[in-house]
Amino acid sequence: MSAEVTTRFDKAYIEAYSDKNNEPDWMKAFRLTGFEKALTLDMPKPDKTRITRWDFDSFEHDAVKSNAINDLSELPADIQKFVDLKEKQNLLILKDNHLIYKHATEGLMNNGVIFTDLNTALKDHPELVKAYFMTDAVTIDEHKLTALHAALVNGGAFVYVPKNVVVEEPLQAIFWQDQKDLALFNHVIIVAEENSELTYVENYLATHDETKAVANVIAEVFAKDNAKISFGSVDNFAHGTTSYINRRGLAERDAKIEWALGQMNDGNTISENITHLLGDSSVCYAKAVSVGRGDQIQNFTAKIVNYGKHSDGMIFQHGVMKDKATAIFHGIGKIVRGGTKANAEQESRVLMLSKDARGDANPILLIDEDDVTAGHAASVGRVDPVQLYYLMSRGISQQEAERLIIHGFLAPVVNEIPIKAVREQLTDVIERKVN
Amino acid sequence: MSGSTLEIRNLHVEIEGKEILKGVDLTIKGGEFHAIMGPNGTGKSTLASAIMGHPKYEVTKGEILIDGKDVLEMEVDERAKAGLFLAMQYPSEISGVTTSDFLRSSINAHREEGDEIPLMKFIKEMDNAMDYLEMDKNMSQRYLNEGFSGGEKKRNEILQLMLLKPAIGILDEIDSGLDIDALKVVSKGINKLRNENFGCLIITHYQRLLNYVTPDYVHVMMQGRVVKSGGPELVDRLESEGYEWIKEEFGIEDETVGE
Ligand SMILES: Nc1ncnc2c1ncn2[C@@H]1O[C@H](COP(=O)(O)OP(=O)(O)OP(=O)(O)O)[C@@H](O)[C@H]1O
Ligand SMILES: [Mg+2]
Repeated sequence: MSAEVTTRFDKAYIEAYSDKNNEPDWMKAFRLTGFEKALTLDMPKPDKTRITRWDFDSFEHDAVKSNAINDLSELPADIQKFVDLKEKQNLLILKDNHLIYKHATEGLMNNGVIFTDLNTALKDHPELVKAYFMTDAVTIDEHKLTALHAALVNGGAFVYVPKNVVVEEPLQAIFWQDQKDLALFNHVIIVAEENSELTYVENYLATHDETKAVANVIAEVFAKDNAKISFGSVDNFAHGTTSYINRRGLAERDAKIEWALGQMNDGNTISENITHLLGDSSVCYAKAVSVGRGDQIQNFTAKIVNYGKHSDGMIFQHGVMKDKATAIFHGIGKIVRGGTKANAEQESRVLMLSKDARGDANPILLIDEDDVTAGHAASVGRVDPVQLYYLMSRGISQQEAERLIIHGFLAPVVNEIPIKAVREQLTDVIERKVN
Repeated sequence: MSGSTLEIRNLHVEIEGKEILKGVDLTIKGGEFHAIMGPNGTGKSTLASAIMGHPKYEVTKGEILIDGKDVLEMEVDERAKAGLFLAMQYPSEISGVTTSDFLRSSINAHREEGDEIPLMKFIKEMDNAMDYLEMDKNMSQRYLNEGFSGGEKKRNEILQLMLLKPAIGILDEIDSGLDIDALKVVSKGINKLRNENFGCLIITHYQRLLNYVTPDYVHVMMQGRVVKSGGPELVDRLESEGYEWIKEEFGIEDETVGE
């Protein structure tokens, strides 16, 4: 890091910030540990992308408090679009790191489900948060950005579904950055206890663009025995925002985690999605799509580690690159010793729309066990002229034909997004980015 | 006179530097059904592809005109809008694009902006045509041609033909891979379009299809040229005697395009 964030903040600032938010003592101590480690740890070194000149320093940390809203109609149209207005959804909205709206259906409350912003969870369920906050999934000392994340976390959500509870309606969280230079150190924890099920969708949006800001986002997702978690997201940070995004899942016996990630940031981005299939017969489908445009540089990692016997991991990532955008897609399937009958599959494809764009697929299989199955497919290419010809032979213009092919290429993830409004917004964002 | 006229004059076509068509002449008018037969590798699909504007085929000489307008000057989509339609021997599979969305975009491409087909009307037309072709309605929600069986792909081509109602339809081996029932259904679809405004060029290897869809003219291609033309009786002779007699008549030893 160049201008050294760590010189702009000090222990006193961090203590004061924690006190102001009435956090439990362990959280304050945790922040201070993070800060100390951030002083000495190195920046992450994403494979094949040099980030030494990326600006992870220019940001404000503490926002003016945002006013709560009573009704979704008070939201600006741009934000409203992400919400299914007709029915009252399970929905959290954080504006500039502050909770401004929360609705949870009665059924949800009666079942003992916790669905709230991180700050409230720290007050109401401190021990529960403590058990999961940067303990078993992401750890504080992975590199400077995780340590800094612990020190400066300023927003997030906490979802806890008790044993045997199946939540039918999706849980939605919207993290909305309105203040131009504000950093988002956002932390999401999702816990699905044994035999429970849930669907969670998050949206990151910024209603400004060029001002420099930083997003440092971590999600930790825990699926206990036989639990099922479906996790959807649309990341849409603005051009001026430099992003570090880390989503990690732990799946125990017979558990299933499905990711459907729409990685649509406009600024430089490191995004990693790692799932550990710890339990026997656990399953992960990690699906992600991205569009790169302008001069942005992005580094994506999708990784699944199979520990459990008969565990099944499938990575699917499709990226579209235009203008002078650069991106690399790492797909890593790893099977450790003892993971007999495990399966590691992956498909990484990049569609190039301009000659100045650069895209790369980097599939890796690391297998330490004999009795397994694995496979990968990777490609980087242009729109197939014969497909274009077929569509155009029905009268469809070249532009429209390309549009159809691009949307089709990204459809496997778009179609997985569980909330209709979000699905439509992802389609819109794609439309905006590719045209 | 009604309908459109497609004129092909002295057409020479190369693929990857190799000359495949060596001077084809053919005129198809509205209301006329033409059949092209000929052994494998003699240039039939090349002719169809060159007319539609396949990116791999390069026209080096000759003309293609529709109602006097220069087809070779047109982009592929413009050719479709001028009235041409090609049911392809090997239709592309397009992942992520539903058949229904594709059909709707195709229909709208032939309409003015702002005059798009209303959704309900589209669904009704599509459903009717699918019923007529005895297609499973779920197919419309599947990705275009992806995982379709050979026969399903062919029906899907005819479905497009029926919905787009072009002035000139070119059908490249629409009967290959079809079982007897499917062949009847597909023929029924083609015959439904038969009227004085529709001209059709049917490429096939088999009499079977031509028993259901009777051609007015029959042409035989060899070595990248039309070597013989006649009426429907030519089909019977080819079916019983094969191509040997034509080869002898013209002193052809190797009927394929060759070097
Ligand atoms: N890419 C290519 N490079 C070289 N030759 C090619 C290429 N594509 C096609 N050809 C050749 O062009 C010739 C004509 O092919 P075409 O597909 O037009 O034949 P056809 O008459 O339609 O045959 P069939 O009855 O088997 O469909 C064949 O000899 C074929 O091998
Ligand atoms: Mg052919």
